[in-house]
Amino acid sequence: MKAIVCVKQVPDTSGKVAVKPDGTLDRASMATITNPDDLAALEAALRLKDATGCEVDVVTMGPPPAEGMLRECIARGADKAYLISGREFGGSDTFATSQIVAAGINVIGIGPEDVVFCGRQAIDGDTAQVGPQIAEKLHLPQVSYVADIQKEGNSLTVKRMLEDGYMMVKVQTPCLLTCIKELNEPRYMSVNGIFECYDNEKHPMIVLDYAALKDDPLIEVDTIGLKGSPTNVFKSFTPPQKGAGMMLTGDAPAADLAGILAKKHII
Amino acid sequence: MAYDFRDIAAFKGVWVFCEQRGGVLQNTDFELISEGRKLADELGCELAGILLGNDIADETAKEVGGYGADKVLVYDSPLLKDYTTDAYAKVICDAVQEFKPEVFLIGATNIGRDLAPRMAARLHTGLTADATHLDIDTTKYVEFLKESSSLDLSKQTFDYEDRNLKMTRPAFGGHLMATIICPRFRPQMSTVRPGVMKKADFCADKAAACVVERPAFALTRDDIKTEVLSVEKAAKKMVDLIGADVIVSVGRGISKDVEKGIALAQELAEALGGGVVGSSRALVDAGLISADHQVGQTGKTVHPKIYVALGISGAIQHTAGMQDSETIIAVNKNETAPIFGVADYGIVGDLFKVVPQLIAEIKAAKAAK
Repeated sequence: MKAIVCVKQVPDTSGKVAVKPDGTLDRASMATITNPDDLAALEAALRLKDATGCEVDVVTMGPPPAEGMLRECIARGADKAYLISGREFGGSDTFATSQIVAAGINVIGIGPEDVVFCGRQAIDGDTAQVGPQIAEKLHLPQVSYVADIQKEGNSLTVKRMLEDGYMMVKVQTPCLLTCIKELNEPRYMSVNGIFECYDNEKHPMIVLDYAALKDDPLIEVDTIGLKGSPTNVFKSFTPPQKGAGMMLTGDAPAADLAGILAKKHII
Repeated sequence: MAYDFRDIAAFKGVWVFCEQRGGVLQNTDFELISEGRKLADELGCELAGILLGNDIADETAKEVGGYGADKVLVYDSPLLKDYTTDAYAKVICDAVQEFKPEVFLIGATNIGRDLAPRMAARLHTGLTADATHLDIDTTKYVEFLKESSSLDLSKQTFDYEDRNLKMTRPAFGGHLMATIICPRFRPQMSTVRPGVMKKADFCADKAAACVVERPAFALTRDDIKTEVLSVEKAAKKMVDLIGADVIVSVGRGISKDVEKGIALAQELAEALGGGVVGSSRALVDAGLISADHQVGQTGKTVHPKIYVALGISGAIQHTAGMQDSETIIAVNKNETAPIFGVADYGIVGDLFKVVPQLIAEIKAAKAAK
């Protein structure tokens, strides 16, 4: 068996978020991190490796600098890394992204006992769509919002979180799970791992460009990139400038505030 | 006729996925039906709910009619009792291919956000995540931009004949808003953030007039690759600052009666829709509240939908951990407290007096909705 982990490099939105005057994100000026939910997915895969000795492959789609993040995943304990990168893939929405990543996973190959791990959602888009869409493209059963995983033979029993509780779900492998941060505490990179993460013989870094994926039936001009994306951004804008805030100074400030919150659908 | 996701003219009608848990319709269903009614009126088409479950009575289904649905499609089977991705995606995708709705709305719940992407991938169409505003009519959309954006609209041109669904959503913790369209394929799909769309007043006559249809469908146990072993309701909620939509934090300002201050914070969080109590470092260091409540540089970084700071002065170490919250409310005795610099709404006053009033007013405002 093996574990395949989908990871994404994202701008660190917990720090300062820089927005350009045209309403798009100024990614160049922001630090990048590995998406937090994806680290939980990697940790879940590494725990499976601890228990079974299975191989852990990490895969991402992104520009060439995303290689650094993949090396970090190796330093944490992953075995192999796949970087899907190509200008043909640029501008992809979640639909097109899942087509491409699924094609990349087809190159890795999915065996009967394999598990694909994704983070629930990325902090830049917050869509939580790519994981389930990859599962659909690969015809795998999925369980999302996973907060606990127990493996018994060829099946996994997972705890799937709901807003008001949880479900216990049994799923056969191969399958895809999307993980939430509460699943685990990601391990640090090990000294040995950092030492070895640039050793391409031990830990291959395989770049999958358009040429490497183009023969997969999932890859068509009208299913990838900006042209293959069903959704388009019609307008992008910043909310009105946050002023100094509104001080409620009337005779009944609590009532005034409740009225404003209700009018703005905040409550 | 074969199903063609590109044949835009063949798609008619607005559909809303009506989610039930344990046979009970969810509040989100009514919000989305109410919003769907507006869109259907703008398009001049029918609004239908689609409801999957086991032993669904007509009376249950008709309830969504009371919020504006013309009809409800009910798919009833023991295999649909609890949500599974496989069963629900199959039945609904088959229904979409049979009836071809133009717009499909799904609540952005943990279930909706599992179902919708799977459907969109299968149907080869676009999906917008967690929308907070929807428009068909361009005139109304431009009005919305006037109120809610910093765009200079005098420099923008719009096609007022455009009938695409314009789906607006926040990104990057609310720093950016994006309006998404799906111009080439149908249905136009969006998950919609719970609690945002206004629920219409329930109308018993409309509920009674609502048509319940039970179309034939194909589903076998072999279609479902997962098995739900149990569904558990949460016991007492743990302090989950990161996942909370509402955080009411307390600071040194509650020192004179810590117990009451925390109780008020909890009560306010409940009134605001349910949430957790956070705190400033000062209270943690003083041993008055456990460290898992702490927001800020040495505590947790949070961006809930609503953050309330009670009696917190707002040192940079605290604000660094909460300034990206969508709406920030501060109550403090000291009008020069730096917390008011990051707050959207501020009230100067004694929190022990202000908060009980606020709780009462919020409850009243919600009841009036």
